[in-house]
Amino acid sequence: MGSIQLKGVTKTFGNTSVIPHVDLSVEDGSFVVFVGPSGCGKSTLLRLIAGLEDTSGGEILIDGRNVVNEGPAKRGLSMVFQSYALYPHMSVRNNIGFGLKMAGLPKSEIAAKVEHAAGILNLTPYLERKPRELSGGQRQRVAIGRAIVREPKAFLFDEPLSNLDAALRVQMRLEIARLQKSLGTTAIYVTHDQVEAMTMADKIVVLNAGRVEQVGSPIDLYERPDNLFVAGFIGSPKMNLIEGPIAAGLGAKTIGARPEHITVTTDGTGTWQGTISVAEHLGSDTFLYVDVPNAGTVTVRTQGELGLKAGITVGLTPDPARIHRFDNAGKAIR
Amino acid sequence: MATRQSTFLGRILAAPSILVLFLWMIVPLGMTIWFSLLRYNLLDPGNESFIGALNYEYFLTDPAFFTALGNTLLLVGSVLLITIVGGILVALLMDQPIFGQGVVRLFIIAPFFVMPTVSALVWKNLLMHPVSGLFAWIATSLGFQPVDWFSNAPLFSVILIVAWQWLPFAALILLTALQSLDGEQKEAAQMDGVGPFSFFFYIVLPHLARAITVVILIETIFLLSVFAEIFVTTGGGPGLATTNIAFLVYAQALLQYDVGGASAGGIVAVVLANIVAAFMVRLIGKNLEA
Amino acid sequence: MAVYSVRRQVTMTILAWIVGLAIFFPILWMVLTSFKTELDAFSTPPQFLFFHWTLENYAEVQERSHYFHHALNSIILSFGSTLVALLFAIPAAWGMAFSPTKRTRSTLLWMLSTKMMPPVGVLVPIYLIFRDLGMLDSRFGLIMVLFLGNLPIVVWMLYTYFKEIPRDILEAARMDGATIGKEIIYILAPMAIPGIASTVLLNVILAWNEAFWTLNLTTSEAAPLTTFIASYSSPEGLFWAKLSAASTLAIAPIMVLGWFSQKQLVRGLTFGAVK
Repeated sequence: MGSIQLKGVTKTFGNTSVIPHVDLSVEDGSFVVFVGPSGCGKSTLLRLIAGLEDTSGGEILIDGRNVVNEGPAKRGLSMVFQSYALYPHMSVRNNIGFGLKMAGLPKSEIAAKVEHAAGILNLTPYLERKPRELSGGQRQRVAIGRAIVREPKAFLFDEPLSNLDAALRVQMRLEIARLQKSLGTTAIYVTHDQVEAMTMADKIVVLNAGRVEQVGSPIDLYERPDNLFVAGFIGSPKMNLIEGPIAAGLGAKTIGARPEHITVTTDGTGTWQGTISVAEHLGSDTFLYVDVPNAGTVTVRTQGELGLKAGITVGLTPDPARIHRFDNAGKAIR
Repeated sequence: MATRQSTFLGRILAAPSILVLFLWMIVPLGMTIWFSLLRYNLLDPGNESFIGALNYEYFLTDPAFFTALGNTLLLVGSVLLITIVGGILVALLMDQPIFGQGVVRLFIIAPFFVMPTVSALVWKNLLMHPVSGLFAWIATSLGFQPVDWFSNAPLFSVILIVAWQWLPFAALILLTALQSLDGEQKEAAQMDGVGPFSFFFYIVLPHLARAITVVILIETIFLLSVFAEIFVTTGGGPGLATTNIAFLVYAQALLQYDVGGASAGGIVAVVLANIVAAFMVRLIGKNLEA
Repeated sequence: MAVYSVRRQVTMTILAWIVGLAIFFPILWMVLTSFKTELDAFSTPPQFLFFHWTLENYAEVQERSHYFHHALNSIILSFGSTLVALLFAIPAAWGMAFSPTKRTRSTLLWMLSTKMMPPVGVLVPIYLIFRDLGMLDSRFGLIMVLFLGNLPIVVWMLYTYFKEIPRDILEAARMDGATIGKEIIYILAPMAIPGIASTVLLNVILAWNEAFWTLNLTTSEAAPLTTFIASYSSPEGLFWAKLSAASTLAIAPIMVLGWFSQKQLVRGLTFGAVK
């Protein structure tokens, strides 16, 4: 069991308000990702839930019980830190078992649980090693082991993959997602990487300047961004945002078209005409950066290899059903 | 960034240290200030009376004060000059690729661990003694008249001893700073065809500036209070030749039992040290931010 | 990597050894003299190595001058004052490093500034207080003075070491359910031990060599080696071999400690301003 609700949570440091007001509910067993640019307050929000920081106002309910006045130990949550925060002087075994030892479990039970967790994470051969003798990926797994062994109400992940190289990051992303599904434990995961958010989350919470911009499933956010910020943040390459006469023609302050929703033609047809300034050939895809009068540089993603080069004039046609329109306040017009 | 509970705990834990240091500083200092306004001699007990700034007037107009002040400044200045210049040279040398660097390093820092009374007596009796000292023998072998160091150049002798004690400190800190010089900077300079002297003056010296400042400030604080070296070698003499402010205050208090006058002198010493301390605190405070 | 010529390396090595030995020479000479007879110690030309080596000075220093009494005092004073300082400083440094407030920085600087007060500034009242409380020439009194004198340095050094322990690790322990006490015992202390050890070493060295308060507040009962050696400053007769033997004994233990701790020394001596 592990449902978490935030009701009107606020946090101020001195005179600066880091979290103005957040309402949020995390269902039991779900994988929720907090995503946003650095400094958006996502880590602070996680630390408030963990109890590592005091809230300035509002309530945090874990399984319906308000825990704002309880220390981190009493909340029954476990956390995986960005730096892993392994205890450098303890073996892997003791690192994983430390929480159980603090909870006063008998030694035999600790040993059994640690062995079990190590087994799940393929750490059994390394149990007697010290953290400094492990690779980055192994340290990461120890940190996860420390989190799962206590069978917490929820896992809190604070950018856990940012210290790994790209290949390992993809692999650990899968492992964490798979582990969370098999354990069925609620997870809150903080990242600035929208790809991680899209691939792992049941529900994404997009944060900006301490405010929740939108909450929804990955596809919701991709297909129906509520506002300009979410539209620009979710999706890679980024959505093209065009202002001026083109947008005005569609009755909006700004329009957005995703690179993958624009068709390229070379026969003189197309809604807009422009010149390719850079073409990136990835094999499976081609990214074109097209200079379009009145629209600036438009990014287009086409499948496969089309043999297009810089300097060529092309026609671009956005899929009309997938054009996003935003008003003066940046809100989506639906 | 922390919780209210841990902030509160942090304050409680720091409180005892702050309290004892506060008492240690404020109580004796307050007493010194109070005594400095009294006519108070231990040989004439029960006759204490308030005399205002008279002690200061006596102390500050006493020719002995000016001699001691001059000696203090000369001692601090000379030792600083010798240890900084010597320290830079030693540090540069130690930064070279040399065989047995570890051992040489131990040799060089050794004097810092010698207690002041030992180093003073060893220099005075084994090295500088006009009859049996090693220096006398060297002078005689070279056909010179042996020098009676503590009679003819007493302050210089004290300076030499103190400088020997503090040279390792300067060298060690400057060497540490030198070794933090980016290796790529050296290589870039080599690529640019910078000669060794230009390299030293344009790159090494600016890099050492901060460490040199630290050495100057820390040494100054300790050198203003040099006491044991004078106490066991010259006793401040001959005459007042090696009396610095610290020794003058000591003599006034524990040799002449003039509590009032000594207290006034002590306050003068505190004021002098605070001028240096102000710079020091600012420098270290800046570093604390990082 | 720059390529150094062998010739340059040899030249530098010779030069460095000459400088090193020159700086070390007074100590070396003292140790050599301590093995001479008083006659050899005084002879001209001086005897460098080919003299009659003897241990009689060491034997005599022990017999005639209560060397061990003073050595014991030095040990008690330096370790005692360090221990008391640790008792106060560990919690303080812990609090300041892990629960800093707006005033932590100025508090630390203020502590440092007390260290900069010249001892002569408070010599008179301390002397009078000690006299009136009967604490002149008492170990307890001197331990207190040395403790207070070094407390700022100890707090500072521990603070800089504690600062280097990542916050995350302590928070992880908190998440793991450790109380403040357990956090200190299981996490902080084991991680801080190297730092605490070098703090102890530096402080012992400073206290061992302290020669203002020890000279002014002790005469015999509580007198440590600094005072004991100072008593040789007015020699009745020529006891230089014995002075050398006593001095060698007085500095040997601390020199060894110092050599071991030299790596940490710079940091401690500069309050972390040079690393």
